[in-house]
Amino acid sequence: MEELRKTPLNHIHKKMGAKMIPFAGWEMPLLYETISSEHQKVRTQAGIFDLTHMGELKIYGKGCELELAKLTTNDPTKLSPGKIQYSLLCLPSGGIIDDILVYRLEDGFLLVVNAANTAKDYEWIKSHLREPVKVENLTDSLALIAIQGPDSEKIMVNIEPAVSELKYYNFLETKIQNFRAILSRTGYTGEDGFEIYIPWDEAPKTWELLGEAAKIAGLSLAPVGLGARDTLRLEMKYPLYGNDIDESITPLEANLEWVVKFNHSFIGRDALFEQKASGVKKRLVGFVALDRGIPRQGYPIFYQEKKVGVVTSGTLSPSLKKNIGMGYVPPALEKPGTVIELLIREKKVRAEITAGPFVPPRIKK
Amino acid sequence: MYPEDLLYTKSHEWVKVEDDRAIVGVTSYAQDQLVEVVFVELPEEGKEVKAGDTVATLESVKAVADVYAPVSGKIIEVNKQLENQPELVNQDPYGEGWILVIEIAGEEELHTLMKVSDYQSLIENELKP
Repeated sequence: MEELRKTPLNHIHKKMGAKMIPFAGWEMPLLYETISSEHQKVRTQAGIFDLTHMGELKIYGKGCELELAKLTTNDPTKLSPGKIQYSLLCLPSGGIIDDILVYRLEDGFLLVVNAANTAKDYEWIKSHLREPVKVENLTDSLALIAIQGPDSEKIMVNIEPAVSELKYYNFLETKIQNFRAILSRTGYTGEDGFEIYIPWDEAPKTWELLGEAAKIAGLSLAPVGLGARDTLRLEMKYPLYGNDIDESITPLEANLEWVVKFNHSFIGRDALFEQKASGVKKRLVGFVALDRGIPRQGYPIFYQEKKVGVVTSGTLSPSLKKNIGMGYVPPALEKPGTVIELLIREKKVRAEITAGPFVPPRIKK
Repeated sequence: MYPEDLLYTKSHEWVKVEDDRAIVGVTSYAQDQLVEVVFVELPEEGKEVKAGDTVATLESVKAVADVYAPVSGKIIEVNKQLENQPELVNQDPYGEGWILVIEIAGEEELHTLMKVSDYQSLIENELKP
């Protein structure tokens, strides 16, 4: 097995007693205390995450807008500098290669991609870009720290006062002390918060500064691991690549049509356009279990004694204290209120399909 | 990590024998593997079980694990505190995180259980890459 990569914050996690796990080739903190306590911290106060494992790809060069537009379902030519877009890379079949964030820089784009897909995305993009447009993998030179939760702004203003004016899915380029940083109002928790891109070696300093900024504000800032990151995103019904979406799933099936802009040309467009006309055979839904048992990835979904789909994510929701999950069912069953059955270890467990996020998001629009 | 006065199973239960009663829980190794127990399904008191039967289920954030009866007998007590505080299995696996008590049907089965030294070598083998 290849040796796990370590983020520049690895020693800090270990010093804080984090339980470390291998994740997408990196050694990452799963939890520091407990998943539920870290989850609650983010919902009620603020939490700090090391997300350095995420990939960052820069695309630049004359004509990069149109070159990138060929590869993404959302339309990056609509972005002005300082704006961010959620977007997808698709195969010609319409299958999702990755879900990504696209940051519009003055001189190009920064793509933030899933850690497990960084190498794959880089090769895919590189093979499709025409000169003089280039892609550069910045994953090894950038660290990423997120701060999420209702107290995030009160903490962040002590680092950069301008963040109070920053809107959701916008970013600003600034300096923290003497190094450059990108601060964006984004996240994966459904709470207000920021993601902070800094040079690799400045991550420990930034982590420390955020702790001090919280102290100045008289607020607590707890470290949060990947365990709570998963329960937080699942309560928002945000899909996770590798669980809820992958190359065999199209954006229309995953309820991601809102980031598919058919009025521009991109790889996968024809297949998706055809699927839109003919209709999908399965759709990603969220459900709440009515009986005991936690739904987990891979568990079959039944309806009237017939297997109709599969669970892609599930957990005990720390906020709701209910077992929640996501999975694919035929569109005829996607209506909220429909009761399906999950096969949980040879036992049928009833679950009710629900609309929208399990917990209301509180992002700042 | 593994108290000397307990007996152990290959499936990572511990047993504390007090006269004809066996107090049963899971070891610190088991709770560590489960990371964070969020739900414990307990059996009914009074149920007769055979060694190896599933007697409880631990649902964790990571996985789900069965607890097997280390010995045959009657379940005479279950730890109802775990219904509201499943985290006790993680926090105090040999104390407040106990799971149930079995009235031992026949003492001879106790000889099938492992002593601490054997259990420790089992764990060392499991942890080998």
